[in-house]
Amino acid sequence: MTMNAIAPVIGPYRTAFGPDGNPPAHITARGLCKEFQGEVIYDNFNLDIPRGKFVSIFGPNGCGKSTLINMISGLVPVGKGDILFGGKTLADTRIGYVFQNYREALFPWMSAFENIHYALKLRNVADAEARERVKALVARLGVKLDLSRYPYELSGGQQQLVSIMRALIVEPEVLFLDEPFSALDYEMTLFMRDQLQRIFEETGTTTVLVSHDLEEAVYLADYVLLLSRRPGRIADFPMVPLPRPRNDETLSRPDFVDLKRHCLEIFQREVRRP
Amino acid sequence: MRSEQFDKLLPGIGVLGLILLWYIGYWTRIVDPVLLPSPDAAFIALWKGMSGGRLLHDFFQTVIRTFAAIAVASVVAIPLGIVLGANEKLYRSVEFVVDFFRSTPASALFPLFLVIFGVGDATKIYVASFGAALVILFNVAYGVMNARKTRILAARVMGASRWQVMKDVILMESLPQTFVGLRNGVSLALVIVVVAEMFIGSVDGLGHRVFEAQQLFNMPDMYAAIFAAGALGYGLNIMFLLIEKSFVHWSGK
Repeated sequence: MTMNAIAPVIGPYRTAFGPDGNPPAHITARGLCKEFQGEVIYDNFNLDIPRGKFVSIFGPNGCGKSTLINMISGLVPVGKGDILFGGKTLADTRIGYVFQNYREALFPWMSAFENIHYALKLRNVADAEARERVKALVARLGVKLDLSRYPYELSGGQQQLVSIMRALIVEPEVLFLDEPFSALDYEMTLFMRDQLQRIFEETGTTTVLVSHDLEEAVYLADYVLLLSRRPGRIADFPMVPLPRPRNDETLSRPDFVDLKRHCLEIFQREVRRP
Repeated sequence: MRSEQFDKLLPGIGVLGLILLWYIGYWTRIVDPVLLPSPDAAFIALWKGMSGGRLLHDFFQTVIRTFAAIAVASVVAIPLGIVLGANEKLYRSVEFVVDFFRSTPASALFPLFLVIFGVGDATKIYVASFGAALVILFNVAYGVMNARKTRILAARVMGASRWQVMKDVILMESLPQTFVGLRNGVSLALVIVVVAEMFIGSVDGLGHRVFEAQQLFNMPDMYAAIFAAGALGYGLNIMFLLIEKSFVHWSGK
């Protein structure tokens, strides 16, 4: 166990599969291989994602950030390799997934309430209990939203909030979010970041966020997974030792700024690699 | 506020203009009065015919045939369209045949249907449903094929089975396109039914009415029947639009 924490860095890449500090792993990916249209995206990729922590994934364009969480969550097939959730397979694991495009991910023929309720219906939860659970989640998150409305009657941020609630209602063991705020305006993005932070603090669910915004990635995360260019490797996996709840002041703290700069250096090294 | 009220009246201007033109044509005798009766003669014929006269009977016969045709077409084409849409390879293999017969004027097939089904209501209904079915089939299949990938993935990642994805997502996704097909199908069915009613062996229906009035040189009656057919087509379209709006409220949103 301690071997990983002090594993030597060979070349620019880490040989450890998990992040700094070596926290206990929840998701373990071993020997992942993936090709897409003749391009090798992952070749023998290994990764440990810690339990009960917030991991942001950041990396150059097209490096396979989304492909990685899509393979882990079973949305795209794995070429080769094994992924386990605390020793269990995906089929035995409850996961939640929030898509970038909330407009196309919610069901417009269902009200916001029914959208959230549907996730429980698929899990064969009795209707009365399901209704109670949706109400309980709404109360717990302190969401002020008219859930009898249809998705197209809600703002973008509200729609994405419904998507997140739909993912959370099954009490997932892991929550995946694929650039969930990139279609929102800046004001809404800031608001939603804090909603997500609150939800994470509230639930303590293992959370994996793909982000194209470095500030957001560092701000929200316990660990930032920095990916290399294709074929994907772990360029770095630093811990973010900032206290929660984080707020605007966090953004100007010297340790936040330093860590962000460090991540940016790694990112630029990857982007500039021939 | 005033201009908004005025805007609502705009469609009426075209109607008034047409009637005015008609009167001018009638009074100046540019058109032979035998061919062009006065608007009031035509509207009186329409009123008399529709308030309990022969025209009302013919109107309902056409309505019944059109609805029967769209019902037959829906029962056949919607399930078939779903199956074809869900199996893209299967659809690609029949696409040319569907497109070919969709492009063939169904009225050209009427003599063939006469030979097969004989003279009578069944022939008119079947030939109309044939034309409508292809339009509905095409739209349903495309609705199913173009179901948003993200929605299907969203359902799958929540643990939906293939059958649940089909029933809860793909079917719902295809509904707006299905209604487009139904609306186009009913317009086409009406056209075919009216044409079919003009053929030999017809005893009623708006097509028959128009044809008979023309043969008897009863021009007010002919115009009345034409207007009744126009109102029917317009009304059916509005009716399907309203059903669509309440049924697939999310369409286009």
